[in-house]
Parts: sequence; structure tokens; C-alpha cells
Amino acid sequence: MKYTQEHEWLRAESGNIVTVGITAHAATQLGDVVFVELPEVETMVSAGDEAVVIESVKAASDILAPVDGEIVAVNEKLVDNPGLVNEDATSAWFFKIKVDDLAVLDDFMDEDEYNDLIG
Amino acid sequence: MQDDLKTEPLLKLGLDALHRELGGRMVPFAGYDMPVQYTEGVLKEHLATRTGAGLFDVSHMGQVLLKPKTSLADLCLGFEALVPADVLDLAVGRQRYGLFTDAAGGILDDLMFANRGDHLFVVVNAACKAQDIAHMKAHLSAVAEVVPVTDRALLALQGPGAEAVLEPLAPGAARLRFMDVAFLDWNDVELWVSRSGYTGEDGYEISLPQAKAEPFARALLAAGAAPIGLGARDSLRLEAGLCLYGHDIDRTTSPIEGNLAWAIPKCRRTGGERQGGFPGADRILREIAQGAPRLRVGLAPEGRAPMREGTELFLGSDLVGRITSGGFGPSAGRPIAMGYVPRALSAAGTRLEAELRGKRLPVTIAPLPFHPTTYKR
Repeated sequence: MKYTQEHEWLRAESGNIVTVGITAHAATQLGDVVFVELPEVETMVSAGDEAVVIESVKAASDILAPVDGEIVAVNEKLVDNPGLVNEDATSAWFFKIKVDDLAVLDDFMDEDEYNDLIG
Repeated sequence: MQDDLKTEPLLKLGLDALHRELGGRMVPFAGYDMPVQYTEGVLKEHLATRTGAGLFDVSHMGQVLLKPKTSLADLCLGFEALVPADVLDLAVGRQRYGLFTDAAGGILDDLMFANRGDHLFVVVNAACKAQDIAHMKAHLSAVAEVVPVTDRALLALQGPGAEAVLEPLAPGAARLRFMDVAFLDWNDVELWVSRSGYTGEDGYEISLPQAKAEPFARALLAAGAAPIGLGARDSLRLEAGLCLYGHDIDRTTSPIEGNLAWAIPKCRRTGGERQGGFPGADRILREIAQGAPRLRVGLAPEGRAPMREGTELFLGSDLVGRITSGGFGPSAGRPIAMGYVPRALSAAGTRLEAELRGKRLPVTIAPLPFHPTTYKR
């Protein structure tokens, strides 16, 4: 598992696919999630693009595409049950993105580095 | 380092240490460092209040005694010159909701006032309290001594379980009906209790000496009350269709626009025994007779996306209004909002569109409240 500065977790899958979610720390900071708007499958995104709108009881925020690629799957369960993000952030994935080369993940933090970040 | 930003230091609540001990996440609100939520989070705290008993620290609010200089009747009439309410006929032991209005018919603040036999007790919003006290001192000096109460905490105990929590500690609480006030005793501590609140639920607001507030709060918690933060206080009052001053009502909104005509009784309206005689009466009485150009309404967004304060409302290409409070209603199970629309578009069922992140989404005018109130009348 890799982590971004924006508190996303990234999991490499076979077929050059990266699954993206938010960390438990981020879910706690956001508070109860009440709305999730997912990107459309087959959308091409660049790193830094807004991919997901997520609203908690407190505020709206975005989840950014961590890398360039094509959205190949989204977790529709979160649309009907946004609270899954708070229940178990590491299984509540948002989208899967197909990249050219999984080596793009090398630049991101590992678990120890992320834990240092959130201290 | 040069400090160019002269930010006022946040005031600490008397129960600050208890809030932190309970896991409160502290945020600035109306100049105070206040718990927005505890460990359970806003959603669970909201639902705990609707099903059990929730304990809120509202000590930031302003408590003021108005002591008559001549007679209580003179004081009541003097207060009526600031507030379009029936103060004179308020019975001993009863409380009412009222509004300070300004000369243009805008709302300076909303408040609760109670007749406690030989004086009035007033509770005002935290953000307005300095201004409200100055306002009362300026206009009531002939009839009242205006005494801010600064050594008492104010707690709200709200929800269907509130009576069962409070009665064993402060006998007499169960006898009170909605908007009754009384002095009750807890371990030789004088509690100023009203059966009221701002969640739409049955419950109490309890003023007591700051020095006794922590043991009393702990006793309420031990008796089953859950600590509830500002986040749930906001979603509870929004579901109950209650206004948040500075958001849903302010100096730019009249009481009639704010859909608060119910707070202005017959005796202060045109043709009443004591008609008018309050700031902005011309406009307010005219709007009662002719209708206000715009009205505060409930809004039900279709779909799941919350529509928050500031969201613009459209009819076709015309900008027709704006949301003043909005979010997710945990008991309603869907997004809810309030806002202002032209009177012609204010009927329940009227469909408008809201602009959210560049997209137009349907929203329908909805009756208030979003969740039925359970006051013990």
C-alpha cells in the first residue's frame, strides 16, 4: 500500500491497475460521509484532477486523481451507502485507475512515511 | 515574528476541560472555543438526541436579568418597545420566543424571555450578546436595570429521555410543560430551568452557577445523557426548521420574510390593543397585511447531494433565491435546506433548481419542519 500527501491510499493490482481510497485518518478528519459523487468509467484523468466529490456532515471536499490514467471501475456501493467510508476506510475504495506503468507508485509514501506525516 | 493579524483570543467555556476529556473536537464559534463533535461524531450524536437525551453546553449564549425600576408592567411595556411580542400578558413562570427588530424592520437578534415573577430573564445569541446588552441598556434605562449574568453556565438537555434524566436529580422537572420556567434544586444548587430548547425535541435548558456546572454535567452524563457538539446542534435545529441567527435571519431579513410572523401576536398587530410601537413596525405590519416580497422556506434537494449555505436557486435562467442553511438531515435521511425565495414561488411543491459545482440540480419547496417536533405541551 502507498499513500499520498492528500491522505489517499493506493493499492497496486494486476493489469497495471491502481485502486484508490482515503485513509482512516482522512475519514476521521472529514467526519460522517453523507454523499459521494464518483467519476464516470472510461474517463481519462491527469494527476491532480478532481475525481470524486465527497461530502461529510461538515463540508464538501474533493479526492484528486493521484496519477495519470483511465478510470476503469468505480465503487457504486458508496453512492448508496456513503457511511462505508467511515466504517472501514481501507476497504471502501472509490475508483480503479489503469496506468501505463505501476512504477509511478514508487514516488509515493509507504506506510511508515505516512504514519510519520499524520504523526 | 510580526503579528499583523489582530485576532481576538478565543474565550474558553467553563466546561472546557470536560469537553476535552470527553474527546470534544474544539473549533472557534462566536468567539468561543467550542466542541463541534465528540468521539461518536455528528450523525450518531444527532440520532442519540432524537432517541435518548443529549447534553449541550450553550454557556456561550448571553443570559441577562431585567430588573424593574418602577414596576414589572412598566418593564414589560418598555421591553415591548424593542420586541414585537406580548410581554405584558406573559404569565409568571412562562417563557416566549421574541425578536429584537431595528428601525428598518430587520432582525437584530432572536431571543427567549421569561417572566420570573418580579423580573424578566432573557437569553440571547452569543455573537450578538454585547450588542443586545448595549441595546437594552440604551433603551430600557428608565424602566429596568440590565444585569448580564456572567457567572452561570447554560446547559441544554434535549431529547425524549431528557425528563427521565433530569427529574431524579432536580425534582419538579417533569411537572413543567413546554416553555414553562422554574427554579429547581439540585444538591442545594439553584437551577434556572426552562422546558425548551432548539432541537425540535422535548427537553430543558438549565442555568446554574459556573462553579457547579462540571459536577452537574457529570451527573447528567452518568444518568445517561450523551455529550453533543455544535455539529449535531446545527443539524437538529435545521431539521426542526429553526432559524440560526446570522444565517437564516439577520438585519437584512424582516420577521415576516423570515416566516416568523407566528412570534408576533394579535395584540401587537394592526387593530390590536398595543399595535405597533416596536422598531420597524411600519414595514413589519405592512408585510403582515400585504405579504412580504420573499419568504424563508424549507427546501428538499432531490438526490443525495447536500446543498449548503450560499447555494443559488434558479427558476429557468433567473436567479430567484439563495440557501441560508443546508446539509444532511440525519433523521430525515436525506439532504435538507432552508432559504429565501420570492413569495410567488414559496408554495410547497414548487420546483426550482440549485446550482451545485456548475450543475443545475432539482430542489423542491418543502413544508417545515423536516422532522416532527415533540414538545411536551
